[in-house]
Amino acid sequence: MKETILLTKHMRDNPSDSHLLNSYEKNGGYEVAKKILKNGSPADVLEEIKESNIRGRGGAGFPTGTKWGMLVEDQERYLVINADESEPGTFKDRILLERDPHQLIEGIILTCFSANIKEAFIYIRGEYAKPARRVQNAVEQAYEKNYLGKNIFGSDFSLDIVVHLGAGAYICGEETALLNSLEGRRGEPRLKPPFYPAVKGLYMKPTLVNNVETISSVPWIVKNTGKEYNKLGVEGSTGTRIFSLSGHINRPGNYEIEMGSSFGEFVETLGGGVRNNKDIKAYIPGGASAPWLRGDQLDIKMTIDDVAQNNSMLGSGAVVMMDEDTNLVSAAKSIVSFFAHESCGQCTPCREGTTWLEMILERVASGRGKTSDIELLLDICDNISPGLSWPPKMTTICPLGPSAVSPITSLMNNFRNEVEALIPTKVKI
Amino acid sequence: MTWDKDLLDKANKIIELYPQKRSALGPLLHIAQNKDGYISDDSVEVISGLVGITEVQVKSVASFYSMYKQEPTGKYLISVCKSISCEILDSKSVIDAVKDFTGLDNNETDEEELFTFEAVECIGACGGAPAVQVNYETVEGLTPSNAISLCQMLKDEQPELVNADILQEKFGGVKSFDWAIKDTSGTIGTAPGFQTFDTDEVSK
Repeated sequence: MKETILLTKHMRDNPSDSHLLNSYEKNGGYEVAKKILKNGSPADVLEEIKESNIRGRGGAGFPTGTKWGMLVEDQERYLVINADESEPGTFKDRILLERDPHQLIEGIILTCFSANIKEAFIYIRGEYAKPARRVQNAVEQAYEKNYLGKNIFGSDFSLDIVVHLGAGAYICGEETALLNSLEGRRGEPRLKPPFYPAVKGLYMKPTLVNNVETISSVPWIVKNTGKEYNKLGVEGSTGTRIFSLSGHINRPGNYEIEMGSSFGEFVETLGGGVRNNKDIKAYIPGGASAPWLRGDQLDIKMTIDDVAQNNSMLGSGAVVMMDEDTNLVSAAKSIVSFFAHESCGQCTPCREGTTWLEMILERVASGRGKTSDIELLLDICDNISPGLSWPPKMTTICPLGPSAVSPITSLMNNFRNEVEALIPTKVKI
Repeated sequence: MTWDKDLLDKANKIIELYPQKRSALGPLLHIAQNKDGYISDDSVEVISGLVGITEVQVKSVASFYSMYKQEPTGKYLISVCKSISCEILDSKSVIDAVKDFTGLDNNETDEEELFTFEAVECIGACGGAPAVQVNYETVEGLTPSNAISLCQMLKDEQPELVNADILQEKFGGVKSFDWAIKDTSGTIGTAPGFQTFDTDEVSK
């Protein structure tokens, strides 16, 4: 199994200066944006994106062309790049921001030209200080050369970009929470409807919210055509995707691959196998929100649909491998604690429920659990996500609450004996 | 201490970046954090005036986000990741080492106001677990003993600028990916180092 290098090509070919404008430009950067702004039409770009069948890389996998097509006409429209990458296990946007910020900027120019947008925001999580500095430097370089600002490349098209820093709230990765945050409010997800920011978004104006990786793919797609992109990967999961591999692995890291290989092959080849030749007990196929898969399910293919058929999700492309020695109750507790900490507090089932789940898991993990705790955990989970099905139903505004349910149902469905083993059968009086 | 003219000029420039004033609230709170090491009542008052919302609204937003601190922080904010990828690669031992060295529990600051310690959620360094941030500059592949050496160095040398590359070279190990680009920029203070806020030192 080999990588297919599209988005990470420039940074690999020019490791020491891939972040600089002249290096990006020397290697063909901004060529396609110049060409389109001079001789192309907005519809050309949209057509290529639709034909590529690219689906959003933030986690939900919404078809990008469809999203763009939904943008409502208005004098004021915005593009917001979601660079609030905080899903545990995920570090793929970080490499794109740090090492190839101009590719993102070129993607933004093409996107905004296509959608007739004149102002774009890059919302970067506050903890990504270095990536944010790199992006801001790149934006300033682009302004100096008039690749941003008024009449870009001498065309009629003008565009401004503002780099905005978040301040430590995972929930701002949820697009409506992100928009609230960008408006200077608490990062609380908005009530739906309106369902789509493309209808009512930033300042209640039509807004495209797209992930860093999605928009970084735009220059390649427009340059090489959507048809070529569509040839890569498999139907429903076209193109390449950057997977973040971590956990008990010999070679953790970001790998750009075509979707369609199995997780096992990915781990054995690119990942260099499991540390100390251990077996995999369980793995997370798509970030902390995704239900776990078992070590005997490594033959599942890495596509959005295959993983969904196995009751989990490819999500943000974060693959976390847990070997046979992993204490899965502690692992589940870590994930539940994460969601308890990151709950925005609007919805009672999530605010209270995640904290209760954390407390109960804590006492089970430390050997103070009660035999009734398993049912209690599942009951609380059912309050957040009725029926405990996948994809999850929810009693909450956004999917954060149900995400805390994933590790617990994974544990109970597949590794219940590990939980039971920690619960004392005789109660001390 | 209220905001001086330089700081107010900077704040007004940031406000101009946005279609609506209130959008600058987040950035202005970062500047307040950098100024005092926490969000002081004085800054709340100033920001309320600049953005045109009430002080309670400013506080409501400030208290929502974990990077705006309600109490004064030390010169170095040590944030050790405890999320899943770090957890299964024994971040607990790094957390214990830092706690031991600093004598601090979670979210505590020492009397000298040198260190603030916090165990935090995912910092996007999962391939280089366990990972730490010092004033939001990431160091990957820490061991407990290297974490102690890192704290010892900060205590002895007390650098103004915290630079990830220097820390990584001296104390780090496995990285999430090849950082490749040499970097001399970094953070000054306990808000993220970022040129728009003037909380960094950048060399292009």
